Amino acid sequence: MGKTQSMNFVKEVSQVLGGEGVNLCMQCGTCTASCPSAHIWEYTPSEIIAMVRAEMRDEVLSSSSMWCCLSCYSCTVRCPRDVEPTNLFHALESLAVKHGYKPKNTSTPVMYKNFVKSIKKNGRVSEFQMMMGYYMSTNPFAALGMISVAWNLLSHGRMPLSAKKIKGKKDLDKIIKKLNEVRGAQ
Amino acid sequence: MKSYTYFPGCSSEATAVGLDISTRAIAEVLGMELKELEDWNCCGSTPYGSLDETESIVIAARNLALAEKTGLDLVTPCSSCFVTLNKARIHMMEKPQLKEKVNAALSAANLEYKGTVKVRLLIEALMSDITTKQISGKVKKPLKGLKVAPYTGCQEVRPRFGFDHPENPVALDDIVTAVGADVVPYPSKCKCCGGSAVIAEEGLTLELMYRLLDDAAKNGAECIVTPCPLCQMNLDAYQGKVNAKYNTKFNLPVLFVTQLIGVAVGLKADQLGLKKNIVSPNKVLAKYL
Ligand code: SF4
Ligand code: SF4
Repeated sequence: MGKTQSMNFVKEVSQVLGGEGVNLCMQCGTCTASCPSAHIWEYTPSEIIAMVRAEMRDEVLSSSSMWCCLSCYSCTVRCPRDVEPTNLFHALESLAVKHGYKPKNTSTPVMYKNFVKSIKKNGRVSEFQMMMGYYMSTNPFAALGMISVAWNLLSHGRMPLSAKKIKGKKDLDKIIKKLNEVRGAQ
Repeated sequence: MKSYTYFPGCSSEATAVGLDISTRAIAEVLGMELKELEDWNCCGSTPYGSLDETESIVIAARNLALAEKTGLDLVTPCSSCFVTLNKARIHMMEKPQLKEKVNAALSAANLEYKGTVKVRLLIEALMSDITTKQISGKVKKPLKGLKVAPYTGCQEVRPRFGFDHPENPVALDDIVTAVGADVVPYPSKCKCCGGSAVIAEEGLTLELMYRLLDDAAKNGAECIVTPCPLCQMNLDAYQGKVNAKYNTKFNLPVLFVTQLIGVAVGLKADQLGLKKNIVSPNKVLAKYL
């Protein structure tokens, strides 16, 4: 871990969209106590925030912790310091992706990537294609365990196999391309 | 007749098709004109923002810019679309530089986001514009005796976008009461079902769903009612898996609130997409259909 890089981690986080509140945390633990998934986090919600503040860049970004956030926003409405922990955890996820970290013990990043891939392909999400992409890139055999659920949805007309493409797909491509040009120039 | 721009969301074309069908059907009866947003794209939802927040705001902003042209409020029945579109709107309102960047990107498709469009949740529009009084007035088949667990979920009320209490919401209870049904006590009413984590973290989400189903059953509910497409999908399509894992025999139909209203105002099963429900609601609704 490069020292100059690690010493700026809190600042780096506070400059990412959603990470602005990191310095406000007073470690009261309300977020952890409110979190429905805290028991599966590698480090609990308040711990991971403390680790950011302690400049533990590598440990934080390689952790599966924030990927366990369900976006239920319970912590956000209860946090007495308006840290907005939900947005903060998403900011940590986006930093981890940006810097190429691949957290162990969670396949959520792969699921998210397939979700976004589906949007970029058609402009809308095809739940079926997203799931297929996810199982193909994680564990195709795990898809077997999904047969009952998939059949439930298919047989009730709730899982179309083909995807709908929006008319403005080219516009969407242009918009994303332009954003990346603007960002690159800055 | 009040008019809105309607944003169905991607799930309305697949797992939550019953929500879309029943929303359109009751809107007609209740005097809401829903004009579908022309060529809308996915709002981006949580996954896009987790990978690249700025890019996710740009794709949400395409929808906002398109909606702004209509001059009407944007209404969506999907809690995730509601939060995502509102988050994008608020980020741009609070950070003028970001808005500038987004508009530079949108200009590639000759679009501009000014910041005037309101993003609203269907259930909020029902409560504020239609009101429970008018809903009651349209009821043809009061759902007398039907015991309902009102399940609001997370993103309908959290984070705070000014509608209902984030930890003890009451709008859904009021609607259930307005159509003549009985609300059972439901302490889990806005606890999380696990959302899309059901794919990558199935064990965790089955545990959360077990608690939600157990709470409803213990309180004597005959069905669960929710406004949220993800909550409905999880509790309905995975109920069998919960039963297998926890050795339980839950058989609780999970209705969209729009389906419940639809039955009460005299619409038929086909008009409300009730055959799309996996845990069949036929038995509990037989008296009213
Ligand atoms: S609730 Fe807020 S202040 Fe308390 S530990 Fe969590 S983030 Fe920090
Ligand atoms: S939003 Fe995420 S971190 Fe916060 S309580 Fe919910 S699951 Fe936990």
